[in-house]
Amino acid sequence: MEDCLAKKMEITVSEAEKRTGRNAMNMQETYTAYLIETRAVESQSEGQCVPVDSLWRRYSEFELLRNYLSVTYPHIVVPPLPEKRADFVWHKLSADNMDPDFVERRRIGLENFLLRVASHPVLCQDKIFYSFLTQEGGWKEVVNETGFQLKADSRLKALNATFRVKNPDKRFTELKHYSDELQSVISHLLRVRARVADRLYGVYKVHGNYGRVFSEWSAIEKEMGDGLQSAGHHMDVYAASIDDILEEEEHYADQLKEYLFYAEALRAVCRKHELMQYDLEMAAQDLTSKKQQCEELATGTVRTFSLKGMTSKLFGQETPEQREAKIKVLEEQIQEGEEQLKSKNLEGRDFVKSAWADIERFKEQKNHDLKEALINYAVMQISMCKKGIQVWTNAKECFSKM
Amino acid sequence: QDLSLPNGTPVDTSSPASSSSLLNRLQLDDDLDGETRDLFVTVDDPKKHVCTMETYITYRVTTKTTRAEFDLPEYSVRRRYQDFDWLRIKLEESQPTHLIPPLPEKFVVKGVVDRFSEEFVETRRKALDKFLKRITDHPVLSFNEHFNVFLTAKDLNAYKKQGMALLSKMGESVKYVTGGYKLRSRPLEFAAIGEYLDTFSLKLGTIDRIAQRIIKEQLEYLVELREYGPVYSTWGGLEVELSEPLEGVSACIGNCCTALEELSEDMTEDFLPVLREYILYSESMKNVLKKRDQVQAEYEAKLEAVALKKEDRPKVPTDVEKCQDRVECFNADLKADMERWQNNKRQDFRQLLMGMADKNIQYYEKCLTAWESIIPLLQDKPETK
Repeated sequence: MEDCLAKKMEITVSEAEKRTGRNAMNMQETYTAYLIETRAVESQSEGQCVPVDSLWRRYSEFELLRNYLSVTYPHIVVPPLPEKRADFVWHKLSADNMDPDFVERRRIGLENFLLRVASHPVLCQDKIFYSFLTQEGGWKEVVNETGFQLKADSRLKALNATFRVKNPDKRFTELKHYSDELQSVISHLLRVRARVADRLYGVYKVHGNYGRVFSEWSAIEKEMGDGLQSAGHHMDVYAASIDDILEEEEHYADQLKEYLFYAEALRAVCRKHELMQYDLEMAAQDLTSKKQQCEELATGTVRTFSLKGMTSKLFGQETPEQREAKIKVLEEQIQEGEEQLKSKNLEGRDFVKSAWADIERFKEQKNHDLKEALINYAVMQISMCKKGIQVWTNAKECFSKM
Repeated sequence: QDLSLPNGTPVDTSSPASSSSLLNRLQLDDDLDGETRDLFVTVDDPKKHVCTMETYITYRVTTKTTRAEFDLPEYSVRRRYQDFDWLRIKLEESQPTHLIPPLPEKFVVKGVVDRFSEEFVETRRKALDKFLKRITDHPVLSFNEHFNVFLTAKDLNAYKKQGMALLSKMGESVKYVTGGYKLRSRPLEFAAIGEYLDTFSLKLGTIDRIAQRIIKEQLEYLVELREYGPVYSTWGGLEVELSEPLEGVSACIGNCCTALEELSEDMTEDFLPVLREYILYSESMKNVLKKRDQVQAEYEAKLEAVALKKEDRPKVPTDVEKCQDRVECFNADLKADMERWQNNKRQDFRQLLMGMADKNIQYYEKCLTAWESIIPLLQDKPETK
């Protein structure tokens, strides 16, 4: 990974700004623009200040970049973008795209995306990616000029292939199954976590009511008054503490979300394999049938039923010349077909090899990242418990002075 | 007859607590200004009785004493709730100038509470124990004849019937006339007590509602946690290297669930009943204040009547004198009791609230232990296995 861009260049998405402009329909729209800053990581000589380059991009441009990468490198598990719309929110969080907290989390997500691409051994070398980071104007045109949209497989074609493919590589079938289950379990986890956060919020906030009533009660007490009053203050602190706790937990949720979306990228690679495999199978099938047709025409025997065969029987055979011509055409097609089949086979094998290499790389990354995420989560819980102990110990101290 | 608790566990039928263990238990209570105690009462050992007509619970009431008013140094009797209720009524009747401690509610209205569940019986036992201990600590009430009988009589029912007859015969004028006398002016200190009790019971009511709300929210949180933990386990089943860490997190959340359940149970069983007890206490105290007002009003009315007659020799008639005595006694008793009550209240609430803080601390400590223990599991590198 010595060559990867991330080692040579510092990349940050440092700011987000609300903009208004006119869209394709010439209607006014509000959107958020993100500032991408890049700086070459050269051998840091004393006192040398390396200049920072920067440009603004909006979410749709990131989407365009990712689409380009997905189509151009179908054998790579392409890093996902942060969610377009706020999902799995618990009630206090806003589902509004313009909400500053959402924008902030998205900014972090976009930076993460760029860093992932920049540290990928294959993707980081892509010129379009590089110009996304460095070329201010005209980038969209450059991307579209690559004509990548034409290379994109239609969804329908992909779906068809999934159902009809006969002999996909078993590993890819298993992987697809895994990515489906992973998506399902992480969504479930995120949904329940949001509900848990909601309930925990309620528990903490109700304790705030103790603060008020202890204060009121302390007013009619002589000896107990001070103790009650100060304990009430700690109850207020307790109730207020949940906001920071839950905000931190959102980062954990974002880490899980990234892998939820990664599952989709995994599936895309599997689908590509199925498509290629199906294509291969169809080509082989086509070749076989052409060979058969050829043979039948040459020997005059009809082995398999064909409409052409039937009609020719009904309406009379063709002339020998016509037959000769047909055979010639078929022989040419067969030759072409055999060459195509050979190259498709080769393509297929290459794809499987390089895709599987990237999948192994991805698996390691996933295990590492998710372990980190779980550790962070445990650390957060520990911190929350310690805060709880602290507050209640303080309150107990106040009660003891009653 | 069943001699076991509803859940089938046999009830401990060991002999009445030895003096030393009783003393140990009672050491926890605050000392009454260094007074040497000579009367110890405990309520324990609940037993269910199934008879043809009804099913009920009895509690063992154990007494240890050196007082001359008692024939024996030790007693052990069995009493049921209605016996305690009877005692309370008798005390109210015979000691109307004093504050009588409250009993837990007779009928449980809220929800579908099982009268014979372990938790309910235990909560009630604690309240009955507190009730008797408060009487024991009272310098006047603890010497009450009915209290003595309650603690000692083998057959309380016989005494109850006899007592009724005795009362009517002796003409114990224990009932103060609550005729419609109007009070001129309430002494400031009693007005203050009245206002205090009003605000006090109001605040307790609020705290009761808050505590109930917290318990409710905690249980709803628990429901979600119970679904949350297992999802990590399901995920663990999909993974290879992450399998153990994910299982670990799942188990951890399970432990937190258990801890939370314990916290909510403790709050329900220990915290709420004591709050409610004090609300009842305030209610009965306000009634005593009203009685005091009545006694004073009666005295003032009679005094006025005498003044109006304008006799040559304004000799104060004996019944007006008696009224004056009554007022002064009542005021003195009430003042003393209020002071004692305030002090006990402060100690009770100090203990109650410290207990609440303690339970929360324990909950967080349990959760902390659970999470700290899985950090090494999460950090474990596969090569080291």
